[in-house]
Amino acid sequence: MPLRRMRLRGVIGQITTIAITLLGLLLLTFIIGRMMPADPVRAIVGEDATRETYDMVYAQLGLDRPIWEQFLRYLGDVLTGDFGTSIRTGQPVIEDILHVMPATIELATFAILIGAGLGIPLGVTAAVNKDRWPDHLVRVLSLFGHSMPIFWTGMIALIVFYAGLGWVGGSGRMSQFYIGMVPDRTGFLLIDSALAGQWDVFASAINHLILPASLLGYSSSAYITRMTRSFMLDQLGQEYMVAARVKGLSRAQTIWRHAFGNIRVQLVTIVALAYGSLLEGAVLIETVFAWPGFGQYLTQNLIIGDMNAVMTCVLIVGVIFIALNLLSDLLYRFFDPRTK
Amino acid sequence: MTTQASRLPGPLLALRNILSFLLRQPTSAFGLAVLAVLILAAGFAPLIATHDPYLQDLNNVLQPPGNGHLFGTDELGRDIFSRLIWGARITLTIVFLVSIVVGPIGLMVGTVAGYHGGRIDTVMMRVTDIFLSFPSLILSLAFVAALGPSLNNAIIAIGLTAWPPIARLARAETMTFRKADYIAAARLQGASSTRIIVKSIVPMCLPSVLIRLTLNMATVILTAAGLGFLGLGAQPPLPEWGAMIATGRRYMIDSWWLVTFPGLSILCVSLAFNLLGDGLRDALDPKQMNRR
Repeated sequence: MPLRRMRLRGVIGQITTIAITLLGLLLLTFIIGRMMPADPVRAIVGEDATRETYDMVYAQLGLDRPIWEQFLRYLGDVLTGDFGTSIRTGQPVIEDILHVMPATIELATFAILIGAGLGIPLGVTAAVNKDRWPDHLVRVLSLFGHSMPIFWTGMIALIVFYAGLGWVGGSGRMSQFYIGMVPDRTGFLLIDSALAGQWDVFASAINHLILPASLLGYSSSAYITRMTRSFMLDQLGQEYMVAARVKGLSRAQTIWRHAFGNIRVQLVTIVALAYGSLLEGAVLIETVFAWPGFGQYLTQNLIIGDMNAVMTCVLIVGVIFIALNLLSDLLYRFFDPRTK
Repeated sequence: MTTQASRLPGPLLALRNILSFLLRQPTSAFGLAVLAVLILAAGFAPLIATHDPYLQDLNNVLQPPGNGHLFGTDELGRDIFSRLIWGARITLTIVFLVSIVVGPIGLMVGTVAGYHGGRIDTVMMRVTDIFLSFPSLILSLAFVAALGPSLNNAIIAIGLTAWPPIARLARAETMTFRKADYIAAARLQGASSTRIIVKSIVPMCLPSVLIRLTLNMATVILTAAGLGFLGLGAQPPLPEWGAMIATGRRYMIDSWWLVTFPGLSILCVSLAFNLLGDGLRDALDPKQMNRR
């Protein structure tokens, strides 16, 4: 009974923590929005509006109210799902973002598959061969992965693989020729084109996806490799590994069944966090590859100073990060027998 | 040799030992060498640069490397090598300003929170966590958008986003020895908490903060270059490496040298800080040595 109460308390504590963090997040985006040099009223009424119209819109937006009241109003708006309209497109910001999100999710999901598929085996190999050549090689690879400016690597890759060798498609999600050929059902181009039975478009989409996804995947594999290696080294140094060998298990069995089995949970949390960090790389890589996703939307609005759009984008990134942290925490509790 | 060394004052001796340790490993020696080249290039930019970095020569645009231009010329006929050399000053300024802002702030927040614990700790760490719930580039982007794009604002934005990891680290370190006997002894002697933090706790946190700061510089350089690339950092005609890549992007298919050399410079410097940070960790934190 007391154990259950303790757990309940833990849950309540966690919920308050998240609530406070979210509130802080909103305060932060609010401050950023208020600090922005763009004049929201001018953007709506235009350059040659009269003083009266200007003042009217100024009051309509609530800008004449005290700052705390403005914040409460913003809070209320966000809680009721109203994130304002984009000055650039005239659409509700949240609709714009929902529209561009699938492109980024498609990219990030492929990237994390590549990143984890590359990073985990490499990390295990490095740990097993500690201080021998495979280890050194893997460490150099991951060092380059997190030292490279990804927007630059993206361009070099375009120069080599697109302009030079012609192996992959260039920028965008598909060739110009195919644009508009597939009805937009889910927003995920691969799913849409498969549903429509348009396999040419599907192939073109894969062709365009592979390069940016590989680059993002490589940069996140740098982190995944490093963490896998250090988790594995922890396990390989434990006495139960010797015991398992003495018992007569093969080396591969001890490595994959025992040591790797024990780090699986930790790896899930690492991969979840790496997925979130992909958003950061996506901002840059989407600019290089003219990828019509979340990152491009954010940067375009930053440059023209579309306040509502920027605030909402930042908020969404923050919420995704908090959610991924929470998810990895929950996964950890769920799968790790020691926390039971 | 030993008698000579022992005559040096303590801190200098320590510095000498660390340097010789770093030079012994090829990786950290590479890091040190790149950093030395960067500092020399920045310091003696007018002497090293072969051309004026801002001088346009419209008769010689987009010249490939060679022909009096080591790394070729850009779309306005400016010498890329000279621009890279002058750009080293910008990179070094960013690194220097960010570290002198971020180090002390992170150290202060972390040690105060860790030493006092309780409510102060909760509040300070909550604020830190809010900042940590963003990828650093996205938060810097948002701050730059709020402040207006320029090199100075990019530095401020990076500074604002780079202190939380340092604060977390300093707090964790402080927690491990705030219950130590020598801290209790200092308190019994009547030392104020400010004095204890400054005199007894901060010096203990310094090595790990220094390591972390060095490793973070790699990220700072990538973020600054990323901001420059997106047009939110240094503005043209400043020869900032990220901004140079952004303008070179339009010509990259035919004139690869416009983007290649600035990118290589960024890669080298960020690699150097990563290697140097790893080397410092080995030098200052012997516990870690066998694990890595």
